[in-house]
Amino acid sequence: MRPILWVPLLLFAALVMALTIGLFLKPREIPSAMIAQPVPAFDLPPLWMSGEGLQSSDLAKGEAVLLNVFASWCAPCRIEHPFLMELADEGIPLYGLNYKDKPEDALAFLGELGNPYRRIGADRDGRVGIDFGVYGVPETYVINGQGQIAYKHIGPILPQNQDQLRQAIKKAAQESPANEKASE
Amino acid sequence: MRGWQVIKKGLAIKKGLAILIVGLFCLAPLPASAVAVDDRPLPDAAQEARARLIMAGIRCLVCQNQSIEDSNAPLARDLRVLVRQQVAAGKNREEIEAFLVSRYGDWVLMSPPFNPRTLILWLFPPGLLLGALVFLWYRSRQTPQARPRPLDASEQARLDAILSGATSDRDADRGEQNR
Repeated sequence: MRPILWVPLLLFAALVMALTIGLFLKPREIPSAMIAQPVPAFDLPPLWMSGEGLQSSDLAKGEAVLLNVFASWCAPCRIEHPFLMELADEGIPLYGLNYKDKPEDALAFLGELGNPYRRIGADRDGRVGIDFGVYGVPETYVINGQGQIAYKHIGPILPQNQDQLRQAIKKAAQESPANEKASE
Repeated sequence: MRGWQVIKKGLAIKKGLAILIVGLFCLAPLPASAVAVDDRPLPDAAQEARARLIMAGIRCLVCQNQSIEDSNAPLARDLRVLVRQQVAAGKNREEIEAFLVSRYGDWVLMSPPFNPRTLILWLFPPGLLLGALVFLWYRSRQTPQARPRPLDASEQARLDAILSGATSDRDADRGEQNR
């Protein structure tokens, strides 16, 4: 058989391979354009009258933090909530962005499931969400000590995603000046 | 005469039907784009037209294969409000698209931009066409069209005989078999 006759078969095999890889890609998970970018400037009011809101400066205090975008109307948020409570118990700084929610509903949600957040900003119209590139709730951002977005998880944090998120937190903590000082 | 009239009448019906169908096609896009845009349009018609044009090129990230102009998703609505605000603030299309790309990546644009990451996407089809043309040109040069061998004396004689009708077709066939 002449070698050139193998060309169509090889081309076909390459096509099959490319399409097979394509089958396992997740088109819903859009790679974030915000990775390694500084947190957008924002200043959000609190959920309740007496509480403190959330500002971009809260997320750039020299330690790695988590920003979780949640809403009471978001069913998958309930799935990841126990894990968020677990992280908060471990002392990992966790901040909340309450996305397009009614404050009373959000408070009821936290009253029922517990509040893992150090501070919560109420993003009533979703404008800050757009600045972060949020397109679905829940989303979780890992932010390093310089206030740069290091990692983004889209959708609920399922048991199989927990390790990856923990590793991202650890990595972001190593990049943070507060930790460098602590290790010196 | 009657038959002709029937045909003429049939043609008239067909013409009417054609006009109706074309008319329906012309109407169809109007309600489709009017349905999703539930939010308030800009008071300035020229600005609104510009905003609509920009919206048509921005992908709705929730429904993915719709533009924000014709999507009912809440995020698409928020992005429409944002585009209108920016247009009203005097931002041009490039600035608005640059902002959205900085937040959501190139994917937010309905037509992908030409950059190193989309090189294969843009260059593969014309490259394939060019490759095919080069291949065909190369092949046509390599194997020039085979010229028929000139007839030798006995073949020429047989051909002359067939053409002059001296031999029947069957004889000619037999001659073919004998060869």
